[in-house]
Amino acid sequence: MKATWVERLTDAAIVTFLWVFRLVIVVVVVVGSILTIASGRYSVEVWIGLVVSGASLGSIYALLALGYTMVYGILRMINFAHGEIFMAGAFAGYFTAVTLDEFGMLNANPLLSIVSVVIMILVAMAVSTALALLVERIAYRPLRNAPRLVPLISAIGASFFLQYTFRGFFGPGIYAYPSVTVLSERIPLPLITMRWVDALVIVSALVMMTGLYLFVMRSKLGTAIRAVSEDKSTAALMGIDVNRAIVTTFALGAAMAGAAGVLYALMFRQIFFFSGFVPGIKAFTAAVLGGIGNVPGAMLGGLFLGQVESIGPTLFLDGFGVPSPNQLKDVIAFTMLVLVLVFRPSGILGERVARDRA
Amino acid sequence: MTAELTLARPTSRGSWRPTVRVGLLGGIIAVYLALVGIVPLFDERPLVNGVISLGQTALVLTMAGAGSIAARRATGGRGEVVAAGALAGAITGGFVTLLVILGAAVDLRAFMLNASPRLYDLLTFGLGVAGSWIPLVVGAAIGAAAGGLYVVPARFRTPVGWGLIAVVALGLFAGLLRTPLLTSGLSQVARFLFAPEGLTPIGAIIVFAVATAFNVARGPVAVGRRVSALPGRERRAVFVAGGVVSLLLVFVMPLALGGFFAQVIALVALYVLMGLGLNITLGLAGLLDLGFVAFFAVGAYTVGLLTSTAEFGIAQWPFWAAVPIAVLLAMAFGAFLGLPILGIRGDYLAIATLGFGEIIRILAGSDLLKGVLGGPRGIINIPKPIGVAPDHFLSGATQIYYIALVFAAIVAFVAWRLRASRLGRAWVAIREDEDVAEALGISLVQTKLLAYMLGAAFAGLGGAIFAGLVGSIFSSSIQLFVSINVAALIIVGGMGSIPGVIVGAIFLIGIPELFREFSEYRFLFYGIVLIAMMRYRPEGLLPSRIVRRELHVPETESPAGLPAGEPLGR
Amino acid sequence: MPLLAARAVTKRFGGLVAVHALDFEIDEGAIVSVIGPNGAGKTTFFNCIAGFYEIEEGEILLDGEPIHRLRRDQIAHLGVSRTYQNIRLFNNMTAMENILVGQHHHLHSTWIGAILGTRGVREDEDRAHVEARRLLRFVGLQGRGDTLASKLPYGDQRRLEVGRALANKPRLLLLDEPTAGMNPAETEQMTEFIRNLRDDLGVTILLIEHAMRVVMGISERIAVLDYGEKIAEGTPEEIQLNPRVIEAYLGRGSVAEVVAQSDPGPGSAASV
Repeated sequence: MKATWVERLTDAAIVTFLWVFRLVIVVVVVVGSILTIASGRYSVEVWIGLVVSGASLGSIYALLALGYTMVYGILRMINFAHGEIFMAGAFAGYFTAVTLDEFGMLNANPLLSIVSVVIMILVAMAVSTALALLVERIAYRPLRNAPRLVPLISAIGASFFLQYTFRGFFGPGIYAYPSVTVLSERIPLPLITMRWVDALVIVSALVMMTGLYLFVMRSKLGTAIRAVSEDKSTAALMGIDVNRAIVTTFALGAAMAGAAGVLYALMFRQIFFFSGFVPGIKAFTAAVLGGIGNVPGAMLGGLFLGQVESIGPTLFLDGFGVPSPNQLKDVIAFTMLVLVLVFRPSGILGERVARDRA
Repeated sequence: MTAELTLARPTSRGSWRPTVRVGLLGGIIAVYLALVGIVPLFDERPLVNGVISLGQTALVLTMAGAGSIAARRATGGRGEVVAAGALAGAITGGFVTLLVILGAAVDLRAFMLNASPRLYDLLTFGLGVAGSWIPLVVGAAIGAAAGGLYVVPARFRTPVGWGLIAVVALGLFAGLLRTPLLTSGLSQVARFLFAPEGLTPIGAIIVFAVATAFNVARGPVAVGRRVSALPGRERRAVFVAGGVVSLLLVFVMPLALGGFFAQVIALVALYVLMGLGLNITLGLAGLLDLGFVAFFAVGAYTVGLLTSTAEFGIAQWPFWAAVPIAVLLAMAFGAFLGLPILGIRGDYLAIATLGFGEIIRILAGSDLLKGVLGGPRGIINIPKPIGVAPDHFLSGATQIYYIALVFAAIVAFVAWRLRASRLGRAWVAIREDEDVAEALGISLVQTKLLAYMLGAAFAGLGGAIFAGLVGSIFSSSIQLFVSINVAALIIVGGMGSIPGVIVGAIFLIGIPELFREFSEYRFLFYGIVLIAMMRYRPEGLLPSRIVRRELHVPETESPAGLPAGEPLGR
Repeated sequence: MPLLAARAVTKRFGGLVAVHALDFEIDEGAIVSVIGPNGAGKTTFFNCIAGFYEIEEGEILLDGEPIHRLRRDQIAHLGVSRTYQNIRLFNNMTAMENILVGQHHHLHSTWIGAILGTRGVREDEDRAHVEARRLLRFVGLQGRGDTLASKLPYGDQRRLEVGRALANKPRLLLLDEPTAGMNPAETEQMTEFIRNLRDDLGVTILLIEHAMRVVMGISERIAVLDYGEKIAEGTPEEIQLNPRVIEAYLGRGSVAEVVAQSDPGPGSAASV
């Protein structure tokens, strides 16, 4: 029994195609970078500026990616509505900021500004967590043992439901985030263009991620989460409350997303009901990039994606004379997603969700 | 007697808890409906002219729903059942009352767009805060009435229920039904029954009476029974006649109902066509493709470029010469995008294809391709598929309807033929368990690729016809919601099922288009429907039938575990 | 030349060595069993042969040609079919369709042909249906073809899975615990059925089995695995007397299991 020649030819074509695909990507990246750098159009300061904004953007992706990666780790499910949880956090932060501004606290002095931002983040974390637990209860928990596509579709439903609920509550318009004057000032550093907001984003993201990492690795509940991710039924036999572990996972991811929402809004200064969708998909990319299910991987993946998105358009595309390459930054991010899925589905650090085929 | 009482007490006290829970849920839903904007927006449209608006109907239905669920779950005598309904309704209404009181005390409008004085007026029948007690009382009354329906025998309950459903349905579609009636010489009847929007009060009573009477006479059941009692040949004749009549209806619909409606059903037909195409990918092979719009764009832009007589047109071909090129290009694109990703796991595939859709959308609107595709300015002056004078009956959307219908039939035929072939079986096998399918000698990448390419081809065809329908193609037409629409209508209708796709398209495309003013809430509705479907009916409304091959005779045992011959509903 | 030969096959999962340096051969037309305690690596070995796992070391040869780098479908094309320990039928397809799927690569209709309904395609399909009905009859499921696989009783599901594997016209059939969960009468029937497979169709059979009565009754040779290594190989009589085998079984505290399964039926011995 030999395969027909058509089938063999198709097989060969597929292999060739994949190689050509790789080659084209590599050529575009390398040649584009060389051309851009050779043109000398951009000074060192510009590049540093791009790296800095990439770092803050990447920190936000990393925070968001944690939610995807932990939920995937424990339930093998893409929490499609995670971007909306992030958006909800940004809205909660917005209303907190407006209220604080009315009391004259937001811009009273640098110290009170920082306190205000901390309050905003805490409120956002609380709101996002509450919302995520509600979504888990209604849209995911009844489907835990269903085939994979079923909870994914339910999650897509939840994503739309949240988006359009927010649209209904707050309208389709764009909300301009109240400005915190201190944050938009430049940090007096030589050579490095960096605003205080960038520093805030990077530092608070690092603090939260360290906290989360320690929680997952050291605390009892964190150990329970890791055990359930490894093997649900064995963990249950060991007396671990599986449901509690899952709910905690959702809560932790949502809290990170809520904080990320406020940080994102402080950076870009505007939000609307659709704000969570694209960052959500990109953070998922970051999670896959780092190896889904892998907590340090998600952080690294986020930081890496932030850099690619920030530097990439200019570095790879400008050299080819592509007009307004920044329009294409999402194209680069999504291409990245496809590349990782195709050529290294286990991500940079390797996924913790091994033995899926068995 | 005393012994009975002491025994009864703890259980009856316990039985109030579910009632309260139902009431709380109802209250949350009612407040949600008010604040999310559904009540105020729907209030602009009367259900029964001058009596009740659609927005109020939504609230009333929530109260009645809470009341009837509570009553159905209540244990004990008649009084307790009615009381349970009243309590649940009152709690539901009470939430609305609380909202009005809270709104008077605090300016919620700073946060919530819809928490306006107008909303409060509407919730209290124009009395404002002074009437904040009204929702509570109305809720109790409606809840009690709904509970009361559970005290009377089902013989009365069912007809009353159907009567109310008929009033709501006809009230919703009143505008649509009125126009053809007015033009067809039945204008007296039309004016008597229908206001410009909604039913007239007398109309509502008549509709209720007729529907109730029809149900009391057990109309539907009697007709069904009489048909199934007929001898084989005559029964077949009845079915054939029914089929011919409905086919005729399908064909004359756009002509009878006129311009706007033709536009809507053309879109429905277009989505049926695309749904049937994606059904091969998603329904048969189980590949969740969320990047359908990518191939739709390829089809639409190919036709645009090849046929347009305006700025970006390159060939000025006739429409029909461009369509095959569009389909082939979309297919090639499907191969190009599908090849690298079809090896990856199903849920990753969904996200990867979503990424493709976004890439194409961004590229279409980018400066990079502005010189070729026109960007936001788009390609205009795409000729209609059939060139006729503007007053010809085939002008405008009507011809697109027929074209889409014909192609949908072709796609259905293709899908049906393929399903019965070794390829269709291989797709379903992959959907069921791809490891096992591969171990049986099925090449996964090749088989999946074919499904993906066929889906892409029909997406391209859909895009091409869309370009013909609109007469232009802009980057803003390439949106994520095209992919979501098509995927959702298959999921809701029933994966792998052709009637399911048609029903899904009518529900998810047709009805939201008919109620254009509500289209803001379309995706909210999608979200709820998707979650609810996954929880309660993941196989869809009309799941695909089993392919029976060994004996070619229908089995009496029905697949879903339902006893055969059980009529739907109660 | 043996039909299938494994040479020094090693499969690891992380630090765990599931199969270690395994040498194994099976001749054309033979019935060979692989036995061993739970977790001995039997199913892992099957998965390596059928291409479900990539092996780290060694090679697997079919007719002297290496197959361990091939995909599952390519291995199936070469005439290797299998069943699964926990039955894996296509539950939403009928019994008939399950068998038709098994014939996939013996059919030749292209998608265009299928759409157009050409004569070649129709003849192809007709032949496939005739063959599928024949196979249904062969596995004792005539009249059950239009039933959904998930609605079949357990024993019928096991037989249908064998029928689906046979539809591929295999030369080597891998049966993973074909009598698991069956009552004595069904087990007897299945044993007879397996023997007929070889005698009537000439299929070479490799099976994993826990029921000693089946193993001892139909195997010509038996290989015993423990901790991923082959600790013994030989005829049923040799295996029953092998001290290492006895130790492997008794040493695990599964005395009851061994005793319970080695009832004094024909071809088996109470001495194990």
